[in-house]
Amino acid sequence: MRGNAEAHQLIAPGSLPAVLDVLASAPGEWTLIAGGTEVMVAFAAGRLGARKLVNLWGIPDLRFIKTTSNSFVIGACTTFLDLRAHADLAAELPLIARCARWIGSIANQSRATIGGNLANGSPAADSSPALLVYDAEIELVSNRGSRRIPYSEFHIGYKQNAMAADELLYAIHLPRRFANHRQYLRKVGTRRAMAISKVALAATALLKNSAVGEIRLAAASLAPYPKRLLKTETALLAQPINKERILDASRALRAEAQPIDDIRSTAAYRKHVAANLLREFLLELSAEAPLR
Amino acid sequence: MNLTTKNRIVGSSAPRKEGADKLLGRARYIDDIQREGMWFGSTVRSTIPRGLIRSIGFDRRINWSEITVVTAADIPGENHIQLIFADQPCLADGQVNHCDEAILLIAHPDKHKLRDAINAVHIEYETLPPIFTIEESERQDQIVWGKDNLIKSFLLEKGDVNSVWESAAHIVEGEYRTGAQEHLYIENNGIIAEWSAENGVTVWGSLQCPYYVHKTLIKVFDLPDDKVRVIQTETGGAFGGKEDYPSTLASHAALLAMKSRHVVKMVYDRMEDLAATTKRHPSRTRHRTALDKDGKLLAMEIDLATDGGAYATLSSTVLSRATLHAPGPYSCPNVRISAKSWATNNVPYGAFRGFGAPQTIFALERHMDEIACALGIDPLELRRRNFLHIGDTTATEQLMREPLIMDQLLERALKESDYHARRARFARENHTSAVKRGIGIACFYHGSGFTGSGERILNSLAGVDVSPEGKVRVLVSNTEFGQGTNTVLTQIAAEAIGIDYDDITMATADTGLVPNSGPTVASRTVMVVGRLIERAGLQLIATLREQAGLGNKFTREEFFAACERLRADKGEVVALVRYEAPPGIFWDDDKYRGEAYPSYAWSVHIAQVAVDTVTFQAEVEEFWAVQEVGRVLNPVLATGQIEGGIAQGIGYALYEKVVMQNGHMANNQMTNYIIPTAEDVPPIHVFFEEIPFKHGGYGAKGIGELPHDGPAPAIVNAIKDATGVSFHSIPLLPEDLFAQMAARESAEAGDPGNWPSSTGWKESIAL
Amino acid sequence: MSESWPTIHFIVNGKACAVQAPPMKRLLDVLREDLRLTGTKEGCGEGECGSCSVRMNGELVNSCLVPVLQVGGSDVQTVEGLAMSGKLHPLQQAFLNSGGAQCGICTPGMLMAAAQLIDQNPHPNMAQIREGLAGNLCRCTGFMRIFESVLAATTHTPDPAPEESQHAR
Repeated sequence: MRGNAEAHQLIAPGSLPAVLDVLASAPGEWTLIAGGTEVMVAFAAGRLGARKLVNLWGIPDLRFIKTTSNSFVIGACTTFLDLRAHADLAAELPLIARCARWIGSIANQSRATIGGNLANGSPAADSSPALLVYDAEIELVSNRGSRRIPYSEFHIGYKQNAMAADELLYAIHLPRRFANHRQYLRKVGTRRAMAISKVALAATALLKNSAVGEIRLAAASLAPYPKRLLKTETALLAQPINKERILDASRALRAEAQPIDDIRSTAAYRKHVAANLLREFLLELSAEAPLR
Repeated sequence: MNLTTKNRIVGSSAPRKEGADKLLGRARYIDDIQREGMWFGSTVRSTIPRGLIRSIGFDRRINWSEITVVTAADIPGENHIQLIFADQPCLADGQVNHCDEAILLIAHPDKHKLRDAINAVHIEYETLPPIFTIEESERQDQIVWGKDNLIKSFLLEKGDVNSVWESAAHIVEGEYRTGAQEHLYIENNGIIAEWSAENGVTVWGSLQCPYYVHKTLIKVFDLPDDKVRVIQTETGGAFGGKEDYPSTLASHAALLAMKSRHVVKMVYDRMEDLAATTKRHPSRTRHRTALDKDGKLLAMEIDLATDGGAYATLSSTVLSRATLHAPGPYSCPNVRISAKSWATNNVPYGAFRGFGAPQTIFALERHMDEIACALGIDPLELRRRNFLHIGDTTATEQLMREPLIMDQLLERALKESDYHARRARFARENHTSAVKRGIGIACFYHGSGFTGSGERILNSLAGVDVSPEGKVRVLVSNTEFGQGTNTVLTQIAAEAIGIDYDDITMATADTGLVPNSGPTVASRTVMVVGRLIERAGLQLIATLREQAGLGNKFTREEFFAACERLRADKGEVVALVRYEAPPGIFWDDDKYRGEAYPSYAWSVHIAQVAVDTVTFQAEVEEFWAVQEVGRVLNPVLATGQIEGGIAQGIGYALYEKVVMQNGHMANNQMTNYIIPTAEDVPPIHVFFEEIPFKHGGYGAKGIGELPHDGPAPAIVNAIKDATGVSFHSIPLLPEDLFAQMAARESAEAGDPGNWPSSTGWKESIAL
Repeated sequence: MSESWPTIHFIVNGKACAVQAPPMKRLLDVLREDLRLTGTKEGCGEGECGSCSVRMNGELVNSCLVPVLQVGGSDVQTVEGLAMSGKLHPLQQAFLNSGGAQCGICTPGMLMAAAQLIDQNPHPNMAQIREGLAGNLCRCTGFMRIFESVLAATTHTPDPAPEESQHAR
């Protein structure tokens, strides 16, 4: 244990407006902590540079799942266990519950929050691929007001996002448009549980007259930050699913993917397996196989 | 000893002696212990793998007057850890030979101040070229140890291998490699030390061998035997990782205690424990095997090399066991094993469950499958044709005098696993499945106890005593760290004396209190020390009968009354016995010939593995282990040992990789050093056969290390069965499977990026 | 500077506690140092091994990842709170009978995870048991005896737990 608790300040303003006031008073000086599953690991390793921390845990305004007629709205401090437990979400947007199940262990899922997962911005983030293929929108708030941006515009670089220094990630909006889409999500880690992603692929698609009417593809660990595989999607859009198109799509994915070698895996493995996952999805799609 | 008597308590699953404390959270591990006025210690470690220390600077932003600093210059006695060679310094003095080598120690009453202090020590080095592989060490371009980098070598010869190469029907060669492996006991290393001019040094801690630590401390501090006391606290896992390392940590904590004049606690965090402490020796084994036309072994020539790391530690004894297990449970008239342990600038490697055997058994059992393939013989049949039987001699010319039932173990394993039916099913299903399944076996033995004359040299002393409060104590220096020492030795004592299990306790493993019954290693505890306790218990009863009027049958009250009569007469109630070697044990250490081990446990492992061709992940789906281990003294504990060893073996094969970058363990966090979780371990089926060993405690042989020897070769054999691809090296990660299988896929399909047709294509489907 | 530390009020094993500590101090350290409840262990400090698992407000958490400021007003259970007035909890008794603990260092966290599992699901199947315990690493047992212990504790109605064992050293 290399952290020194006395070297850090942690305050609990206790409400969303109070937190926003703190952020506004000294933009960029305060680091947010919710479930602590990232911040406290860095702390114990002696790597937590942030000296001033603001607590989000326990603020009810941030932990909620609301259902409207056309969307699910998920508060940023909703935990992954909360997400797994929501019956309607699990029925319509099953990839959310699936990726929630993969976050660490039960003890991690009870504390890790979806907002924290996105704000941390790891290219291996477990919830990002699913959110991208579900056309998620992110609602950001500050004392200046609130705004919504497509989640696909949230990450702008390696561990960099589009939030202003006084902004807080408030909620994730998921349109209720995907219940009839074919859906796929598979994560490849170092073991069955407690595994950081080596690569993961999420997909939603709608077939129309034996061709691909809509398709969204997103991966983990194929780029410096989570993003859609737009070129690969283009190779499939309006195409039938057959051997040649699957080969084209695999080639497009291999060209589009920019994985790296790191302590967990190799670029070559990630690229090849990602293409295999895509093929697995496309085969399921073409066979009208039931959802995994 | 009557091996056929039905026993009261031995052979039953008596509940773990210290189980309630552990389950209630009351067991006290070293970091649970606080002492009044205790300071905390930490270590400044080398950041380079090899070089000279040019200067040590202390940044003035820290108030050094508050901090105790210890260097090699503070060591009162010898700056060496006492093991086999005295080559490893307690603290680096002018030179470092591996990353994370200890240079300075610091202590402070506030543990939160330590990290800043460590970061404020600036060391300037003059770097020297490091070496990190067996091959670099063999080339001897850089000499990093002794005169020639060679820590130890053995040559074992039986018959004359050169007489058969010309005439042999078949010659098969192969090279096999194993990587380092980390123990990952869930409790990190820790010690509390106390020093005073009057009493000398006392240490408490997480350790396997109190007398090993004692042996180092008396030299480091230049103190007589009775001025050093080592006390084991509840230990949260060890697996060999706390066999020798605690001698280093205890020296460090005691030096800080001496200089600071305070009790000092040093407990590593996970990052430090992973980076700085010992791991399993990496190995390279080359086989060259001659067989006749029927697949009978004519000659085995084996070239074995291990990476010892920067200091010798236990490399020579690991090499010895590796050598003696390399030829396996097979009868072969001509054997030549040339074994060498090479020094490098890696963090020193040390003891780990199996101690050289997992390395060479991996090589051998993989090689047997390669031979079977080369000869077109069924791998089971190849083994059957060559198994050792009673009356055969081993590679060291040890005559197998005890019944040897490898054939039966194999048959039972095949039956329990429904091997043939499964194999046939996989052969059918694999054609159309993206998941390929296979089944593989490993056949092996593990020698129980110290090699050759090792036990004679240890000359263990152990016994029992009775306190005036009516508690019978087992007096041994052997320690509990999960494997069941406390439970089984008290079962044995209860059985031998004839009283209740609940009336026997273990004396604390405290060198001030218990005799030296040898280290808790080499699967020797129940066999060797158990036998001593059995004899001591019988001796106590004999003494009570002869000298204190105890009858042939007695109640609990009569027993304790007789004890008090003996105490009144003699002043104490104790029975101590010394080790007696079984007759007929002759071992020639120079020629490596004779009775290598007093007894062997024998085993067959079968692994069913699934390889997912989409992700190249291999998983063990089910596992069977059949073993003959002498008498099983506690079925639940024995089964738990087999299951736990298999889980570690599965990790060794498929998950656990030590990633070294410039001599430092780069993946020194649990996030990145991967062991199987509860979702990864397969169902494991354990079956015991028992042929009591008359010189072991109540007929027991050793079992602790046996189960770690088999999983890796069984698994990699199964992967070959599943995929047709031979792998020769572990750990075998998905990236490694991918590298070979994807290359093969492309080659087969003739078109990079194309897909083989066996995986099934679906045409487009009209909606 | 300890005067500036807040006092955090919470309940541990049914007992009200007030601890003055720096707000970033880990719940694990507060339990072990301030409250001298050393049953909860540190194995990794990064939420990977689960030996620090406790139950907080009815959920399983890794106490090495919880800053004490977030514990205010909470209800915490540690391994010391499992046994009921000197009698082993059925899980503890099952672990003792089935060999679920070897070295014992993972055991407190494992018991917390198992208790949480059966609270949510009184009759878990093997897949659910594996998932429930996936965050608790054990290096000794290979998990088989642990699975058997949980099954034994949940597949039959246990007798009232016997007096805690006198077998301790």
